Amino acid sequence: MSEVYDVAVVGAGVVGCLIARALSRYQLKILLLDKEADVCCGASKANTAIVHAGYDPKPGTQKAILNVGGNAMYDQLCTELGVHFLRCGTYVVAFSDDDVQTLDDLLKRGQRNGVPGLRIISREEMIRAEPHINPEVRAALYTPSGGIVDPFGLTIAAAENAVANGVEVRLETEVTGLLRHEGRVKGVVAGTQSFRSHFVVNAAGVYADEIMRMAGLDGFTIRPRRGEYFVFDREMSPVRSVLFPCPTPVSKGIVVTTTTHGNTMVGPNAQDIESKEDTRVTAEGLDEVLHGAQRLVPSLDPRAVIRVFAGLRAVGSTGDFLIEAAREAPGLINVAGIESPGLSAAPAIAERVVEILREEGLALYPKSDYNPIRVPPPDFSELSHRERAALIATDPRYGRIVCRCETVTEGEIVAAIHGLVPARNYDAIKRRTRCGSGRCQGGFDTPRVLEILARELGCPATKVTLNGPGSELVVRGTKEVDH
Amino acid sequence: MTTDVAVVGSGPAGLAAATAAAEREVSVLIIEREIELGGILQQCIHNGFGVEIFAQDLTGPEYAQRYIERARQAGVQALLDSMVLDVLPDRRIYVTNPRDGIVEVHPKAIVLAMGCRERTRGALAIPGTRPAGVYTAGTAQRLVNIEGYMPGRRFVILGSGDIGMIMARRLTFEGAVVERVLENMPYLNGLSRNYVQCIRDYNIPLEFCRTVAEVRGRKRVEAVVSVAVDEQRRPIPGTEEVIPCDTLLLSVGLIPENELSRRMGIHMDPATGGPIVDERMGTSLRGVFAAGNVVHVYDLVDWVTRAGEVAGRSAAEHVLGLDRASGKRIRTVAGKNVRLVVPQVFGLDALLEQGVQLQLRVRQPIEEKTRLTVTAETKELFRKTLRYVRPGEMIQIEMEPRVGRWLENTDSVVVDIAKAD
Ligand SMILES: Cc1cc2nc3c(=O)[nH]c(=O)nc-3n(C[C@H](O)[C@H](O)[C@H](O)COP(=O)(O)OP(=O)(O)OC[C@H]3O[C@@H](n4cnc5c(N)ncnc54)[C@H](O)[C@@H]3O)c2cc1C
Ligand SMILES: Cc1cc2nc3c(=O)[nH]c(=O)nc-3n(C[C@H](O)[C@H](O)[C@H](O)COP(=O)(O)OP(=O)(O)OC[C@H]3O[C@@H](n4cnc5c(N)ncnc54)[C@H](O)[C@@H]3O)c2cc1C
Repeated sequence: MSEVYDVAVVGAGVVGCLIARALSRYQLKILLLDKEADVCCGASKANTAIVHAGYDPKPGTQKAILNVGGNAMYDQLCTELGVHFLRCGTYVVAFSDDDVQTLDDLLKRGQRNGVPGLRIISREEMIRAEPHINPEVRAALYTPSGGIVDPFGLTIAAAENAVANGVEVRLETEVTGLLRHEGRVKGVVAGTQSFRSHFVVNAAGVYADEIMRMAGLDGFTIRPRRGEYFVFDREMSPVRSVLFPCPTPVSKGIVVTTTTHGNTMVGPNAQDIESKEDTRVTAEGLDEVLHGAQRLVPSLDPRAVIRVFAGLRAVGSTGDFLIEAAREAPGLINVAGIESPGLSAAPAIAERVVEILREEGLALYPKSDYNPIRVPPPDFSELSHRERAALIATDPRYGRIVCRCETVTEGEIVAAIHGLVPARNYDAIKRRTRCGSGRCQGGFDTPRVLEILARELGCPATKVTLNGPGSELVVRGTKEVDH
Repeated sequence: MTTDVAVVGSGPAGLAAATAAAEREVSVLIIEREIELGGILQQCIHNGFGVEIFAQDLTGPEYAQRYIERARQAGVQALLDSMVLDVLPDRRIYVTNPRDGIVEVHPKAIVLAMGCRERTRGALAIPGTRPAGVYTAGTAQRLVNIEGYMPGRRFVILGSGDIGMIMARRLTFEGAVVERVLENMPYLNGLSRNYVQCIRDYNIPLEFCRTVAEVRGRKRVEAVVSVAVDEQRRPIPGTEEVIPCDTLLLSVGLIPENELSRRMGIHMDPATGGPIVDERMGTSLRGVFAAGNVVHVYDLVDWVTRAGEVAGRSAAEHVLGLDRASGKRIRTVAGKNVRLVVPQVFGLDALLEQGVQLQLRVRQPIEEKTRLTVTAETKELFRKTLRYVRPGEMIQIEMEPRVGRWLENTDSVVVDIAKAD
């Protein structure tokens, strides 16, 4: 007889990981599953990383309530988890009379949603805050509570803290069906394996509708909407906060933002697509993004781009987040259609899911030894020379630089490989340490990381991957022959 | 740690600088992040090195070894497996390594010789997916020649730079198939010698005026879509070709590695991507010199070595207090069809004493008789006829001391290159 979990959470994006962590406060047996080789492989790794203030969603919607609530939780959450979070403020920038009118509407909506500190600022104040902004700016809506977060850092830290508090994580485990008994959902099926559980939380991102279909629910559908981005070299990164154009009905528009590591990033556009896997970038899309961004910051130089990428929004058919216990499939809690501002709302979504589980009859007894604190591993690049010397004295591997652009050491990479949610491939290391995310984009570190991964995992180099099986970095030794 | 001269980087530029300085009886420390000396040469196991300096056709490691021995004999100390993290404008250097932790070195002079890095896919914003199997040519070269791994089986190479062409041959030797080398310009980006010896001799298809329009494949590259480009380098719709392959190598240019120099506040030249230097390879910071690919990207190691020697000698002179009095300075200006000129400034005294050497690259190729001129105001100081000029091949000229007298009333010279009539 296999063991029975109290809750199985499907999907280890920011939402699933924060749900698992929130549940780990209680005396429960929890399983967190994902089909990918690491946590944070869906929308949570490819978004604008903005912690929205909450003036945008329609008052009264789940989006509005959970966004404002989630935003307020960010300081404590990121302090507990040791994650980069910056309340740098956000600006919606107006260029025309119509735009100025829109600012007014947004201000009123924001006030109704309960967003603190909103105000409309003058052109001069805007230019003082962001000197590289298009000088044609007329006014802006300033939101002091808006900020930016390291979305990989947050997702991974949440997963690690969940594991530290007893959650079990299984990666490369794709849910292909649900266990059901007399109409109730009793667990998940993943290929040839199955996992029994009293409750299943469906946080499968863009695939959440398919999990619902496995339970016989087909009223709700999700369409992927792709957004493409550029990341700029840190040394040619002109902005310090978040700049939005005035929004349109389909999108918040092309944003120019800084990241928690000081790279300017621009995007996304919005393209409805068919496939839930299609994260390619297109020449037209990149053009659109660049032109949109240059409207806000004309001096952005495409020659300083170091990376392009795209993410898929999970656009639900109701236009709002769907967070509820499924009436027709008891035991299943759906967390679906979590498009933007899903990252901002995620901490509040997690609390909401805990409440729903309580309402559904899950007994929640607090654990006496729950520890909300996660001490982040050392980040060499942020230390003083004295702290660096002390660290190297404890472990010489912190003295060897593997990624020169981001100054990532062998010690940090080894720590990531042996972390609570182990990094077992190149991209997983990159998300934890920034190795390979600088201006040479892995040109220098790849052979070294390959060697370290093979050594630490005890596997041949030919088994080391970029992001899971099928993405091996090298195909054979030079003196080996193909068969 | 103490030393008179610290050299950052141990490629041919750093080795030559260190040796030249040590031969002047000053103490020299070379700092290298790799576990052995030699720089990029260690992964260049093909021949073609040293033709000018040794009149011999050596491999990269052989060439490096000769200089490593010279440096040893001259008494150069080396700090290996050691990365320079920071250099302050007052020349304090912070180094990290696993043995000593953080080391502070405060030399009297510094030679920056960090080499260069490769342009990446991100910089080109190539559309498509982002699977495994996209590498820069130099990374692939290291994987194959040093680590002993094949990054793929069927390759497309973007860019006709030297590393790309050399890798086309190398991968063919190792049993891989190189489907195409694609070059988006109408002319070669590397040396003609490499085209003949690496591409033509192995029947590897090289296509001009084509680029990569898209990378396909989810986990691993499955195909690359190539497309023809027009004169403005814009893709021409309808000319796409899907080339099945599992690896895309990029050989699309090198960028001098100047993070350290920039952070020190050294004045840079946007045309070269390196520091502005004078005829002694001195930068805008006193006591800080630069040589090799950090200054501008060279084609031939022999010239890198010579620049390194100049930088090393100048560093030693600085330590010994033999710096030339700062006389009149002349700027060199890149004129018609000239992309860059090095040095960007020189001392009139130096020209009068021993002449000055200029190195330059053209913007556009001219495949017929061409005239190179150097003028000051309206006076032509130098003229040379060339059989052809190509962006992939650096041009070197010597200005003689006797032209110095025309420079007394001017502060710049202009280099132009145009079709000879
Ligand atoms: C372009 C873009 C920009 C955005 N910008 C912002 C922003 O600035 N601010 C903001 O607040 N929000 C933003 N968002 C929204 C935010 O990124 C998402 O709301 C959030 O990341 C959703 O997290 P998630 O955990 O629900 O989904 P995901 O991160 O997609 O996680 C779902 C997980 O489920 C797994 N999974 C799917 N199916 C299965 C299965 N069958 N079995 C096992 N595992 C499965 C997937 O592998 C994935 O890891 C943006 C989104 C996009 C795409
Ligand atoms: C593939 C290829 C083929 C070539 N073929 C030929 C040929 O056939 N014939 C020929 O004449 N020339 C050839 N060349 C050109 C020649 O090799 C180069 O121009 C020359 O090696 C450049 O020398 P360098 O000393 O400037 O740089 P490098 O050799 O790159 O040396 C720089 C060194 O600095 C170190 N370094 C950088 N930053 C730091 C730091 N912060 N701390 C410590 N150390 C640091 C690096 O590790 C490196 O060892 C070729 C080049 C390549 C890449």
